[in-house]
Amino acid sequence: MVESVRTAPGRLRRMPARVRTIVSFTLILMVLAVLWESYKWLGQTTGGVWPGTDIGLPVRTNNRAMPHLWDIVAALFRPARRGGDEVLLITLLRAGLFTLRSAFTGFVFGSAFGFFLAIWFTRSSLAERGLMPYVVASQTVPLIAIAPMVVIWGGQAGLPTWLSVAVISSYLSFFPVAINALRGLRSPPATATELMKSYAATPNEVLTKLQMPAALPFLFPALKIAATASVIGAIIGELPAGLSVGLGRALLSFASSFSSAPEKLFGAVFVAALLGLSFVGLVALAERRLIPATRRVSHDPEIAALAAGGTG
Amino acid sequence: MLKGKTKWRLGAFLLIMAMVATACGDSGSDDLTPINLQLQWFAQAQFAGYYAAVDQGFYEDEGLDVTILEGAVEIVPQQVVASGQAEFGLAWVPKALVSNEEDAGLVNIGQVFQRSGTLMVSWADTGIASPADWAGKTVGNWGFGNEFELTAAIEKFGVADVELVAQNFDMEALLNREVDAAEAMTYNEYAQVLEATNEATGSLYQPSDLNVINFNDVGTAMLQDSIWVSEEWLAGNEDVAEKFLKATFRGWIYCKDNPDTCVDIVLAAGPTLGRSHQAWQMNEINALIWPSPGGIGVMDQALWNQTIEVATGQNVISADPGSGAFRTDLAEKAVAALDEDGLDTTGTNWTRKEITLNPRGE
Repeated sequence: MVESVRTAPGRLRRMPARVRTIVSFTLILMVLAVLWESYKWLGQTTGGVWPGTDIGLPVRTNNRAMPHLWDIVAALFRPARRGGDEVLLITLLRAGLFTLRSAFTGFVFGSAFGFFLAIWFTRSSLAERGLMPYVVASQTVPLIAIAPMVVIWGGQAGLPTWLSVAVISSYLSFFPVAINALRGLRSPPATATELMKSYAATPNEVLTKLQMPAALPFLFPALKIAATASVIGAIIGELPAGLSVGLGRALLSFASSFSSAPEKLFGAVFVAALLGLSFVGLVALAERRLIPATRRVSHDPEIAALAAGGTG
Repeated sequence: MLKGKTKWRLGAFLLIMAMVATACGDSGSDDLTPINLQLQWFAQAQFAGYYAAVDQGFYEDEGLDVTILEGAVEIVPQQVVASGQAEFGLAWVPKALVSNEEDAGLVNIGQVFQRSGTLMVSWADTGIASPADWAGKTVGNWGFGNEFELTAAIEKFGVADVELVAQNFDMEALLNREVDAAEAMTYNEYAQVLEATNEATGSLYQPSDLNVINFNDVGTAMLQDSIWVSEEWLAGNEDVAEKFLKATFRGWIYCKDNPDTCVDIVLAAGPTLGRSHQAWQMNEINALIWPSPGGIGVMDQALWNQTIEVATGQNVISADPGSGAFRTDLAEKAVAALDEDGLDTTGTNWTRKEITLNPRGE
């Protein structure tokens, strides 16, 4: 039987999905850690060139450019300053929580705005043809160029700074939602729309009873992109904001002392990544609750098979 | 179609997301005049005097409710002051004069730093002892208007064949020996080199590993941190400006006498700052202020002239802005009031402390 010759990946596949995620995540993390340390070791051994050549390695391997991973971890569990009563990780998580507030607010407003745009575009092809180029162009403008303007305008309008940061964050997060929601709202087959119309359904009824449920599976992948984008947006938005708190400020502060304490900058980057991951995790959790497994857009072969064969 | 339960869940999810936004409290003022002060960068000992004046209630004593606006990427204090978002802003003299040529309408009312804090640092084994030794060498600089003391020195010494390269706002280029000399502030980047571990020896780099050229000795130093206001605002608010200067100078005098407390005050404003780095910075900032022969904040006319000479010579500004670009009367009145209170406003006897830097500036 095929069952009896299951290999290691086979065993992995038999585990519950959540455990499988954790195991593969850890495995890849270990591989990356080994790669980091071996590259560093290689560079230190050969004096920064490819073995047997004079060709320099692309990245320096000294302790400033690439601190040992254990030094980074150690830095996270040491106070940021001597005699401090709080380890760096806690300081960074605290900063991350502040940033998350802006990111989350930006995510909510950005996604809502993106969804609104998508609905408008399905109703009016004039709006779509007229506005879509601007929607696309908005994402090619470097965020770092508009962030200071938003902060200054927000300050003049009397907004608290974290809210200006949220606006910057929403600027990044609305785009994927608008694009995917538009596609989702258009996904019901023409026959379904015609059927609704034959029941004398109003456009709003078609929207809420047919288009919106159909758009949900398209929406959540976009919301995951929006979640990461809103964290990036919030961090970039904090750079010109002059806030004394937040991950952007911590990154700025550690970047300016990079020469003497690179471990801290890497630690802050790690926490920023953690922040994005947990935000996307939250969205995934919401997706799990809102959409039945059979209708989720997923790369999991078992679920895809179920979806294809099960309901139809 | 959305089932009842699913719809409820969607509603709850959206509601929770919407509840995240919380209002921000506003501070009440008890007949205090609200004032904003815009710094050039985020909280660090470079601004200790202002933080001390807030912390010790010196501004409050003068009837001012001062909010310190920290600097950040892309924030230019001159623009913030010119646009009226802050009454007071800190800026280097040449940079503010450039803004004035673009009609910012600013006036210098207090020259806090009496000397320049810019150095050119090189490895001792490179043998660079004077600007003339830059000949044929690669010299880093920050650009963005931070390079004119250097370019003026190159001109003054007639140094040929210098390769000027852009340098990031860190000391990586020097540490990696990509440049022979690098720009550094006494109170920040220079200390960062001394907080870095020499991988060959496993201990920190020492001052003896480095050669330092100080632009104050070279004679091309330009005036740095100073307090600027908009001329228009000042016309109706000279009394406020004078009170602000008095409280600010009191803050700096406090930091001259209590540097350790001032370091603590700064550290409270920046949880990611290292203690020994800030202690070093406090000491070096005090060295830029004290002694102030004419009283703290009072412009040194000779250094102003030198700054203008370098700035026009390097085409930083097109012409001498004249005597209207700064005024000393407000600072002098503030100093006189502090003298009356028995405070030492010149710091003639101030001496540098010995600061031990810890690895990573911690």
